[in-house]
Amino acid sequence: MHRTSITQARELLKSKKLSSVQLTEAVFARIDAVEDKVKAFAHLMREKAMEQAKAADARIAKGEEQPLLGVPIALKDLICTQGSRTTCASKILDKFVAPYNATVVNRLNAAGAVIVGKTNMDEFAMGSSNENSSHHPSKNPWALDRVPGGSSGGSAAAVAAHECMAALGSDTGGSIRQPAGFCGVTGLKPTYGRVSRFGLVAFASSLDQIGPITKSVADAATLLNVIGGKDNQDSTSADVPLPDFTQALQKDVTGMKLGIPKEYFTGGMQPEVEKAVQEGIRTLESLGMQTVEVSLPHLDYAVAAYYIIACAEASTNLSRYDGVKYGHRSKKSDNLINMYENTREEGFGEEVKRRIILGTFVLSSGYYDAYYLKGQQVRTLIKQDFENALEKCDVIAAPVTPYPAFKLGEKLDDPLQMYLADIYTISANLAGIPAMSIPCGFVGGENLPIGLQLMGKHFDEANLIAVGHKFQQATSFHTQQAPL
Amino acid sequence: MDIEHVAKLARLKLTDAEKEKFSNQMGTIIEYIEKLSELDTKNVEPTAHVLGLNNVFREDVPTEPLTQQDPINDSPAHSKGHYEVPKII
Repeated sequence: MHRTSITQARELLKSKKLSSVQLTEAVFARIDAVEDKVKAFAHLMREKAMEQAKAADARIAKGEEQPLLGVPIALKDLICTQGSRTTCASKILDKFVAPYNATVVNRLNAAGAVIVGKTNMDEFAMGSSNENSSHHPSKNPWALDRVPGGSSGGSAAAVAAHECMAALGSDTGGSIRQPAGFCGVTGLKPTYGRVSRFGLVAFASSLDQIGPITKSVADAATLLNVIGGKDNQDSTSADVPLPDFTQALQKDVTGMKLGIPKEYFTGGMQPEVEKAVQEGIRTLESLGMQTVEVSLPHLDYAVAAYYIIACAEASTNLSRYDGVKYGHRSKKSDNLINMYENTREEGFGEEVKRRIILGTFVLSSGYYDAYYLKGQQVRTLIKQDFENALEKCDVIAAPVTPYPAFKLGEKLDDPLQMYLADIYTISANLAGIPAMSIPCGFVGGENLPIGLQLMGKHFDEANLIAVGHKFQQATSFHTQQAPL
Repeated sequence: MDIEHVAKLARLKLTDAEKEKFSNQMGTIIEYIEKLSELDTKNVEPTAHVLGLNNVFREDVPTEPLTQQDPINDSPAHSKGHYEVPKII
């Protein structure tokens, strides 16, 4: 029962073959069985979830229909939930209980979702492995000695381990797509501005975006329908029409142009990863898509521009953690300044400190033009690259990561190598375009999942969904089960 | 990078071990981001925000606000509806 997708679960609930209470109990039984191994959650919301399941059953009994009515969903622990903890996997917010819900939580509630818990992550979404968590590192359900990716690694692991039907994550430089790729599930980063960031704890405000991590593209379409759309509480949420993304599941992709960016295929990937990605592209060709070569010439500069911009924004966003209004406060302090300093020293983990230092440096007097302004100018070049490439094609196909999930501890001592793991994903955030990771193969003796990335024009998630769904109808990678 | 100066700007107190470790790592990272100087960006406008939004207005409609006490309850030290902090002067 816990293995069902949103689509399957809704059918069972609608036809009254199953109640939401039964489904939610099955999910918690699954969590009890595997969570010791996977450690995908930061904390569970068992009691509230059972209440929500009962309420959902009452709504179903009255004949109400909602896209997520009675379906158990997990949330990354940086999405604010009124009355329950939101820790960001940081000691500084360990006891923080938000006084309001994020907009996406209100929208999930209205759609009838059951929230089973908050998933683990890298502290403040800074990391690519989930090892920067104040709680514990999460494990990859496909190989428990490997990372699930990050920063939404808990969400991806929970979906892959069937500890929920689907989850929400957030993506600033690949934090939905990379863990989805590593864990063999579907992850969609919507266009910047598509989903309200109100109640999403900020990392880098011009890059952050909430999105679904699911068992199928069809489920991602259902979730995006619920969470997308203009929100007056977030002035950067875009006032553009929200199509019914499930309509895109019917769309024919014959004759659509698939752009292959040559710079992504210059030998940076492990050969077996490249092989899986190329086979994925051939599958799309066999479905009637026409491949065209495109160029994204500034790919090599994306990581550098990204770390300047993301860290600069993070250093200002995280200045709010001063021990006054919420979170941890150091007990060692006798004046205001050393209270700030001691609080932040005790409360932040190493990677967060590193990024605050880098961000503060690139914004500091004398270095602003050389680094921050330059980073923003290079961002313009990268954005233009995508505009030019997407004039020649409808959707771009690329790898998600250069390699499959790496081992816990493998990259922990080399921050730059960890940053370079995001090389194929961060450009989409800099350009603000939608991008999706779908499973396209398995490699090595351990059978580790590989992701194929699809990127599209601003606000054209529909075409990613159309292409991704056709791919999943033709393949069975997304239905493979992690050996738990 | 003058790590002590930057840490002071960021209100971060670092241990000696952290200072040394971060100094080395920052050296490597900054050397890497220097590669941006290979690009000529003389006539390129900076992008701060991809949607190019400017002054987003909405109707000023009153709604039910949080109570004053709701957010204050999250403070590590508060009394009578106020935040408490160590002596400032």
